[in-house]
Amino acid sequence: WVSNVCVTLTAVPRNYDPALHPFEVPREYVRALNATKLERVFAKPFLSSLDGHRDGVNCMAKHPKSLSTVLSGACDGEVRIWNLTKRQCIRTIQAHEGFVRGMCARFCGTSFFTVGDDKTVKQWKMESPEYGEEEEPIHTILGKTVYTGIDHHWKEAVFATCGHQVDIWDEQRTSPMCSLTWGFDSISSVKFNPIETYLLGSCASDRNIVLYDMRKSTPLKKVILNMRTNTLCWNPMEAFIFTAANEDYNLYTFDMRFLESPVMVHMDHVSAVLDVDYSPTGKEFVSASFDKSVRIFPVDKGHSREVYHTKRMQHVITVKWTSDNKYILCGSDEMNIRLWKANASEKLGVLAPREKAAMNYNQKLKEKFQYHPKIRRIAQHRHLPKSIYCQIKELRIMREARRRKELNRRKHSKPGSVPFVSERKKHIVAVVK
Amino acid sequence: MAEEWLGVEAAGSASEGEDEGPEDGERRHRQLLEAVSSLAGRRRRKLAERTEASAQVSEFNISCKGAGEKLVLSELLQPIRPKSALSGVKKELARVKQKAAVELPLSKEEAKRVVREAAYVETSKDVGKWQPVVLQNRRAEQLVFPLKQEIAAVVPLEQTISAWKARTPLEQEIFGLLHKTQQPITDPLLTPEETASLQAMSLEEARRRRAELQKARVVQSYYEAKARREKKIKSKKYHRVLKKSRRRKALKEFELLQKSDPEAALARLEELEQLRMQERMSLKHQNKGKWARSRAVMAKYDLEARKAVQEQLARSKELMQKVRVELPEEAAGDAPEEDPTPASVPAVPAGASRANPWMLGEPSGAAEEPEVQEGLGDAAVPGVAESKEEVSEEEEEMSEEEALLQDFAQKRQQRAGSPAGRGAGETGAASKLPGMSPVRAEEPASAGLEQPAQAREEILLSEQLGRVRTMEDVEALASEEPVMEDVEALASEQRAEGREPPAAAQAKKRARQREEGRAGDRRAKKPPAKKQLISLEAMLGGTAPEAPWPSLPVLVEEEEGGIDQRGVITEAFAGDDVVADFRREKDKAEQAAKPQPVNLVLPGWGEWGGTGLKPSAKKIKRFLLKPPPAPPRKDQHLPHVIISERRNIHAAAHQVSELPFPFERHQQFEQSIRTPVGATWNTQRAFQKLTAPRVVTRAGHIIQPLSAEDVPDMAAAAGSGAQPALETLPKRGAQPPRQPRERAR
Repeated sequence: WVSNVCVTLTAVPRNYDPALHPFEVPREYVRALNATKLERVFAKPFLSSLDGHRDGVNCMAKHPKSLSTVLSGACDGEVRIWNLTKRQCIRTIQAHEGFVRGMCARFCGTSFFTVGDDKTVKQWKMESPEYGEEEEPIHTILGKTVYTGIDHHWKEAVFATCGHQVDIWDEQRTSPMCSLTWGFDSISSVKFNPIETYLLGSCASDRNIVLYDMRKSTPLKKVILNMRTNTLCWNPMEAFIFTAANEDYNLYTFDMRFLESPVMVHMDHVSAVLDVDYSPTGKEFVSASFDKSVRIFPVDKGHSREVYHTKRMQHVITVKWTSDNKYILCGSDEMNIRLWKANASEKLGVLAPREKAAMNYNQKLKEKFQYHPKIRRIAQHRHLPKSIYCQIKELRIMREARRRKELNRRKHSKPGSVPFVSERKKHIVAVVK
Repeated sequence: MAEEWLGVEAAGSASEGEDEGPEDGERRHRQLLEAVSSLAGRRRRKLAERTEASAQVSEFNISCKGAGEKLVLSELLQPIRPKSALSGVKKELARVKQKAAVELPLSKEEAKRVVREAAYVETSKDVGKWQPVVLQNRRAEQLVFPLKQEIAAVVPLEQTISAWKARTPLEQEIFGLLHKTQQPITDPLLTPEETASLQAMSLEEARRRRAELQKARVVQSYYEAKARREKKIKSKKYHRVLKKSRRRKALKEFELLQKSDPEAALARLEELEQLRMQERMSLKHQNKGKWARSRAVMAKYDLEARKAVQEQLARSKELMQKVRVELPEEAAGDAPEEDPTPASVPAVPAGASRANPWMLGEPSGAAEEPEVQEGLGDAAVPGVAESKEEVSEEEEEMSEEEALLQDFAQKRQQRAGSPAGRGAGETGAASKLPGMSPVRAEEPASAGLEQPAQAREEILLSEQLGRVRTMEDVEALASEEPVMEDVEALASEQRAEGREPPAAAQAKKRARQREEGRAGDRRAKKPPAKKQLISLEAMLGGTAPEAPWPSLPVLVEEEEGGIDQRGVITEAFAGDDVVADFRREKDKAEQAAKPQPVNLVLPGWGEWGGTGLKPSAKKIKRFLLKPPPAPPRKDQHLPHVIISERRNIHAAAHQVSELPFPFERHQQFEQSIRTPVGATWNTQRAFQKLTAPRVVTRAGHIIQPLSAEDVPDMAAAAGSGAQPALETLPKRGAQPPRQPRERAR
């Protein structure tokens, strides 16, 4: 007996009659619950640690053209270039005496700049020297004061350093094109706006954030916060938005057109926030803190969606989000650079179409049922080291006490004499024109 | 003129108080001149010289010459003339007063602040032009990054190589070796030696090779031509015969395999079964395809079409048959009688509503059972059952096949020869199956060819019942076919003799069609009668009908054909009556949900109390409070459901207690939860659309920051550069055009 029918299976039509598929909400709820649990089961964000530095990692820079290359500078003046796919150091340069304070890559990826405690700005080739060549900078600029930070223009051969003042340099010259000052305190960081490239933001140790316009070579506005801002980062997709990492454990997202109050206060860290970097999609940013943890915040949310920590990771000094939006790099005090997944439970590698569809569906379900208490509990649960956990509790108590005190004060004084101040306004001291 | 002089004196002292020296000298000189002139002129007035002390002493060293004189009125009345000496000064003063004062220059701090403010306003206006883009991106359903899709450019090998130079000694050595062998680096990557060896093939060899190729080509073309020819043959019969021979061949092979390697044979059998199942699932032989429908339309006029439809239906029937693997010793005939399932199924009770609905067979499903089961004996497992028969009849069929092929060849010749004969042949074919209609269901495919004589007799007998039976049933019995075949044979004899006139054949055909129509009518009227008849038969037969509806758990049987799964299950759960349990549970729930009367009767209150004494009926009637009847239960009309309306705390733990932030009313939220997103409830397209992620990024692609080129309208604005505010910008057009970026390493 031989079948004379072709073996290929034909498409079987489905009947979508809702009567045949009852209980859609409970079934989807169960699926969402399972998806959430699985997400937590698979949340293994730590990928690897790049070790080799002989002192704390003080700064990092991304290669603008290559995803697998990352540069790091340490507190002993050593600069290392890493290959992320091999997870190896491919080049080591003794760049400065003392700290490497800041580094940045040129927009074309052919060279990079470092500034150090030895009052110099050095430009290096990205490629390792040829056989027989010596490891030497292309240019060295000797300054009068220590430079604490550097950033390169996104499109032109111009870079900016900060320290005693903000200097804007032409790459071809040994003296700055212009120097911008406003106040006398030392400036800790300067950043070019990636979209409107003539804009600069800087933050100084006298608790202020200053914006500059390179075209007019003038500062624009200054906002003074309660405590010092360590660094700031511009949103790469929204020209007027930047986020400042503050000493008071918070991050502040500002709209540069309305500096009177921040757009959002991001609070979850329990110690000073030292560095911040935006994801290239502009939807999230990552922050590094003195409390030995790295947190990921959505731009429009006040609290973090993820916290990364390991037992051995000490104070995290610098953090970067890779340009393909998949990974996070953090450099910490204990000489290691760590590579994390930006999405903790994501499966790396190529996904089959069905896998992709399932992933999207699960994502949608999690989103749909995120307000359900059981699901929310599972999705939000994170294990924290004891120090952070206790400090969070302590902070909560303090905040509650402060709130209660204010409430009492309001209750016992003349109506209207103790005004309500929103959380956003609370941290701004003044805006100076 | 003392006043005048005095006035001058006063003006002089007021204006230039400091340089007293030269002024004093001048005045003295003037006094001297006056004194001289008075000597000459009529004026007698003598200059007073202060020589002695007096009462009026001017502190300004003014001589008080006329101190003793009297004031004359006329002198006071004299008009006041504008003094020429002061007028210039006055004019100057007026002019100065007309002019506005020049303001003081601002302090340095202030000036800087003004500049900053202006710059800030302008810059924030500049930056504000991104506002619509940003809002659009924030609201976008889906964002795909990188915004600009790059085309990966592959750098040619030569270019990379030419840029590279050997530096280390090792590299140089390697390059030296390569150069020695003249290894080319550029495009044709063959060394001269290789090319030489390629060229070195001999002529003879080349010829041989060419000949081989030619031969192969010719063989191929022959083969193709043959296949085309075979494919072109339209005769159904030929194909059928071909198929049959093929089938037989396969069978033979299978048997050989069974002998040599029973394991493999078993596997093959399983595979065949799989194929059968697949075919059955594919719904291919339903009467619903495009082809089948077109055939159905044609069937009224074209016998061939009718036959094809019939065949297909038969095939589908065969496929739809429930598979029952008998034990190998069992005779094919008695399998249906020994069906174990109906016996073990609990008997159908009289009150159908109280019975377990899942175990009940649908009465309508029993209609055609007996026939089907009769047919089962040989048609159930086509592979196995048929094989037995066919092996026995193999020789006979072989000859038959040859005869058929010969016949076929003859027919072709005839067709070429006489068109009239062809017409006769067609009518002959048409006469084959008189009562056939496109909806006719059950007829084994090959029934007409190998029907034993005994069966023929039986069916002849049963033909008497034809009035009671429907046409369908009659048709189902394939015995008609041989009879008709006889007719056909007769016709062919006539044909062979030469000559039934075509007109006669036509008449016959028409008559047959009429008959067919009548049969159809009868069939339309008959169904209820048929149902009765058949159920009666089933009852008489004493075998409970097996309901072949799909909602019943499908029989799963092991290959060895040992134990009936269903029997096992029924045996295992013999004690369980799930339905009765459910009903009891529902009764209980109903009772529990009924509102209970409140008893407020206090025995002994207002009357005698004690053991054995009951409160009076009046009292009970008064103090036993009957609650109002509960609203009708929601599951009143749903026999299979218990709906509990109490709040379930276990479920409440899973529910949202307060309205989440972006929603404004609970209806919105409920709506969002109620809409399913899964593929179970949505079509594929809708599912994809519903589950599309908000942000899509591609692994290994660098996402550049937003730039004006990414946003079409922004790029246009930047290109025109019409705004004066933007003219200070470094010109976008002046930038070097971007290189097509390589894919990131």
